[in-house]
Amino acid sequence: MTKDVWVVAEQFQGRLNDITLELIGKGRELAQAVEGKLVAVLLGSETKSLIGELGAADVVLVADHPDLREFTAEAHSLALETALKDSPPRLVLMGSTSVGLDLLSLLSARTALPCLDNCTKLEVRDGKLFTTSQIYGGKLFAEVAVPNATTLVAVVPGSFPKPETVAAGRPEVHEIPLPADLPEVRTKFHKLIEPPPGDVDITQSSILVAVGRGIQNADNLAMAEELAKAMGGAVCASRPVIDQGWLPLTRQVGKSGMTVKPKLYLALGISGAPEHWEGMKNSELIVAVNTDAKAPIFAGAHYGAVVDALDLIPLLTEEVRKAGAKKAS
Amino acid sequence: MNIAVLTKQVPDLVEGVEIDASGKAVDSDSIRYILSESDDHALEEALLLKERAQARVEVFSLETGEVRDSLYAALAKGADRVVIVATGAETPPSNHTAAKIFASVLQGLSFDLILTGVRAIDDLDGSLGGLLAGYLNLPYVGLVRKVETADGTPMAVVQKEYPGGYAAELEVKLPAVLGIQAAEQPPRYVPVSRLRQVMKTAKVEEKDAAPAEAETVEVVRMFKPEEGGGAAMLSGTPGEVALQIVNVFAERRLVR
Repeated sequence: MTKDVWVVAEQFQGRLNDITLELIGKGRELAQAVEGKLVAVLLGSETKSLIGELGAADVVLVADHPDLREFTAEAHSLALETALKDSPPRLVLMGSTSVGLDLLSLLSARTALPCLDNCTKLEVRDGKLFTTSQIYGGKLFAEVAVPNATTLVAVVPGSFPKPETVAAGRPEVHEIPLPADLPEVRTKFHKLIEPPPGDVDITQSSILVAVGRGIQNADNLAMAEELAKAMGGAVCASRPVIDQGWLPLTRQVGKSGMTVKPKLYLALGISGAPEHWEGMKNSELIVAVNTDAKAPIFAGAHYGAVVDALDLIPLLTEEVRKAGAKKAS
Repeated sequence: MNIAVLTKQVPDLVEGVEIDASGKAVDSDSIRYILSESDDHALEEALLLKERAQARVEVFSLETGEVRDSLYAALAKGADRVVIVATGAETPPSNHTAAKIFASVLQGLSFDLILTGVRAIDDLDGSLGGLLAGYLNLPYVGLVRKVETADGTPMAVVQKEYPGGYAAELEVKLPAVLGIQAAEQPPRYVPVSRLRQVMKTAKVEEKDAAPAEAETVEVVRMFKPEEGGGAAMLSGTPGEVALQIVNVFAERRLVR
């Protein structure tokens, strides 16, 4: 095992995802601390143009194969297994994302290497590596001593800053020697499905009234709509509300929904699980209302109140209207 | 078509979770266990497939908390067989260990699809579905929101979620393991009368799991985020809170 730190690059429609750049930034710091090299791993087909964006790495490992054009956990795991056999590093970092999550677990079982998920912190103390994972919906953190074997780690997007500039280094480029015929890949990409059109684009709204489980039923959404109307904003929601079919997918904020950065994010009855937090944490002002004083949303919000959102919404709508009327007069 | 649904019980966050005296684990006495939310969606998707393609649905669950109740509910919803996988352990196993246990239970049985929730709130070492697929050398797709099968073809067409509302349509050769993010409709409701009837007549089977050795990770400590944390807390009646919030909005020129 070398002391190197690998970052598995993630791309979407020909561009590197932010998580990759965040991990390159963090990976650089870790590689220095453990005296290893920073290695970016680029899996795909005809992706050479992306190598330049990985300039901050010491080495870029490239696997170029038609089976890797679109992500399938199977093909990407096979390519990584080949590279890992050749020269196993200290750490393999990837995003705790739709791509990274599938890859992490499949690869861990296939290589018998340990893995850690939901990481929000990675540090070296007295020469030892530790990770911190956010679990139980953000209610607890678990600090883990990274095992001595090569360890696969999935990091929650947004946990580390994205370096402001792309370092224009000249990394060595190595090809991952894939066998001419990869073992049969039993998963095939058909097509990309675009988000359904025709609804409000919540990413363009500067005021968002966000509802979660605390809204309790579909009928109560009308109250939230009233409030949003009074404020000139739009209603969005956390996953449970979407899964119930109370609002369309286009209104979902979080890991598999939209990432929003409004001037105001008013979170009503949302606990603030990490998957949701990921999609709205860069909002300029976060005001959170929840009946549970221990809800993780309060840890990151600017203002909070422990009240029932259903009691608050009509009163708040009225106060907003009054304030608006006063301003207009 | 035969479908296995793998489920587990996780702490009910509404009741809260506390850290035990060791500081390294959750206090199991403080926990009320419920079915993991995405496992409930995995079961729902399996039942939808049963309705559309005459599939047989078997549910396997690790022995944690009040697992029997959730298995009776699965029967009442339409599952054909439910099995408790007895581990003898007092605390829920890691996902690596759970995947090895499920792999040994499923080995030799014939399933076209193995569905499980894509993630659980206590996941620390990866997701169960991906690990299981690795151990059984099966293909895996996670974050799935739709599964379609066609008669006579050993294939499933699935939708995998990506950020920003995108999804990929993938074709996967069966048998395969799928990590379900959300079923095509909300998990169905079981009328109490139906549940009572099932509890009187149906059987929950038990199966002993062979001991499993898997990679483990060592938790050094667990801790809670600072309560309230960064938020300036507004207090008072809902009316008083509403007024304070509007004042914050007004200061920031957020009121029209």
